[in-house]
Amino acid sequence: MARYLARRALLLLPVMLGVTLVVFAMMHLAPGDPAVVMAGPRATPEILAEVRRYLGLDQPLVWQYVTWIAHAVQGDLGRSIRQGEQVTSLVLPRFQDSAMLGLTAFALASVVGISLGVLSALHRGSLLDQAVMLVSMLGVSTPAFFLGMLLIVVFAFRWPILPMSGLQNINGPSGPLDIARHLVLPAITLAAPSTTVIARMVRASVMETVGLDYVRTARAKGMYERLVVNRHILKNALIPVVTLLGLQVGFLLGGAAIVEVVFSYPGIGNLMVKSIVERDLPVTQGCVLLIASVYVVVNIGADVVQAYLDPRIRVSA
Amino acid sequence: MTTATGVGRTAPAVPVAPAGAMASAHSVRQRRHRTLRRLLRNRAGVLGGVLVLGIALAAVLAPLLAPHDPDQVNLVLRTKPPGTPGYLLGTDIYGRDLLSRLIWGGRVSLTMGLAAMALSASIGISLGVLSGYLGGHVDTVVMRVVDVMLAFPYILLAIVIVATLGPGLLNTMLAIGIAGIAFYVRVMRGVAVSTREEVFVDATRAVGATDLYIMVRTILPALVPYIIVVCSLNVGFLILEAASLSFLGLGAQPPTSEWGAMLAEARQYVTVAPHVVLIPGLMILLVVIGLNLFGDGLRDAMDVRVVEQS
Repeated sequence: MARYLARRALLLLPVMLGVTLVVFAMMHLAPGDPAVVMAGPRATPEILAEVRRYLGLDQPLVWQYVTWIAHAVQGDLGRSIRQGEQVTSLVLPRFQDSAMLGLTAFALASVVGISLGVLSALHRGSLLDQAVMLVSMLGVSTPAFFLGMLLIVVFAFRWPILPMSGLQNINGPSGPLDIARHLVLPAITLAAPSTTVIARMVRASVMETVGLDYVRTARAKGMYERLVVNRHILKNALIPVVTLLGLQVGFLLGGAAIVEVVFSYPGIGNLMVKSIVERDLPVTQGCVLLIASVYVVVNIGADVVQAYLDPRIRVSA
Repeated sequence: MTTATGVGRTAPAVPVAPAGAMASAHSVRQRRHRTLRRLLRNRAGVLGGVLVLGIALAAVLAPLLAPHDPDQVNLVLRTKPPGTPGYLLGTDIYGRDLLSRLIWGGRVSLTMGLAAMALSASIGISLGVLSGYLGGHVDTVVMRVVDVMLAFPYILLAIVIVATLGPGLLNTMLAIGIAGIAFYVRVMRGVAVSTREEVFVDATRAVGATDLYIMVRTILPALVPYIIVVCSLNVGFLILEAASLSFLGLGAQPPTSEWGAMLAEARQYVTVAPHVVLIPGLMILLVVIGLNLFGDGLRDAMDVRVVEQS
């Protein structure tokens, strides 16, 4: 296991190098000089040169990359061009709120997705199974912004039982309960596609396991059906699902941008989209770097969990 | 054609080759027939195909079908509900006919998805075949790049590219297309690796064919069923992502009628005129579900196993 962990951690290096290169390249491939954005259209060439020196843009590219990484590792991602604030202090609080939404959606998608998948696989062809398959087809085809708007129209406008946007009441009672109420609609919207993807995969995986020899043997021994399902079928069928769950975290992180815009949720996705429209590149870079890093780490975590659960992977990988 | 180059050296293969070629041409036709029959028997697949065909046809025939000019503003007739005489689906916040905008918007939304698919498929399939067939350093380099691309959640990668190129319709198309390359490389590389070991590839190599010839004339044709299925399943996803970027304000810009942009524009008025928001959204849902049903049907009919894009 230790060797597997070490090998997996080593693979992290080239990927993170690539990720940082991509994020760094954004700054230099983007049209428009960041110095011009910062100094304004009326700046004289002298002022521009000064701003360029201040931003380090007069240095060789490799050196700029190295300093950028060195600063980034210490939590310094530069300053927002528009607000002048430290990117880190802008991004991190937003990330916390996004993480709250993402984790809620993740819990929702995993629990509902796995339960529905298992149930429909064990009752193949039943009414429930057909309903799950139909809903899962709808789930992967529905744009998040459409579902979000639909929920707003129904639950915040026609029957106003839930708030339609934001994270907490400004002029009313606030607190954990209020935040929870604000989370309901965005979390459902965000979780919907993942739920259906998970349900489909779990269903397929369980159905494949049900037909295996050792399951038949267990039944032939006269084992209780409940034990066959819990110990033999589910234990094996759910291992590949771990990787899928890891990938879904990425979807929840990336897809959050759309959901956050729909619900005006003060998360990192919303901040990122706003910074792109305003061409505030350091903020965009900060958001992208943070989301991608979390995604990479989570995926490796998923691989490690899977290897822990299934010794075969440890040996062959 | 290559058999000619190998005639002298591999004499026994000569009489076999033309007969084999004819047999395979025959069986290809047979197989196509069987695939079509199977596809037509799949009710969900047919339904999806008809749905997509209908919407695509409406988009192509937009100048003939749209009852009004999609950009004609009429402030007297703002946010009329569906069923208003002369305005079947009602009007939007500027009094523009929603049905006409929907029909014209289909052109933009569908073209964006198709163009992005063409971009990512052509580059992705080429790289996948190269990487899978050649192996070695080419494979290592291509797969490292793919690893980095896959280190970003798909939509985030597309957003990164748009952020770099700047918002706009063409840039969004490029972004969606480039971000999709990694998926095609991974799938096609896998299939190319297993095809490389097939006897008919060995045979072609034995008669002296070059690597390029083998990749283009032997491996690529063997991948066609996979390509058809993957593309048909992928294009719906790309249409969805393109609409999402437009919704975020990074893709098609108002007043262009594009489904995602229409939704974004009407967003603030969702409580006043929900239909202006919900109808374009429903349209995207219909197209994507149609494409997914059709793609699933194709996959089952052609008996091809592919991984789904997450």
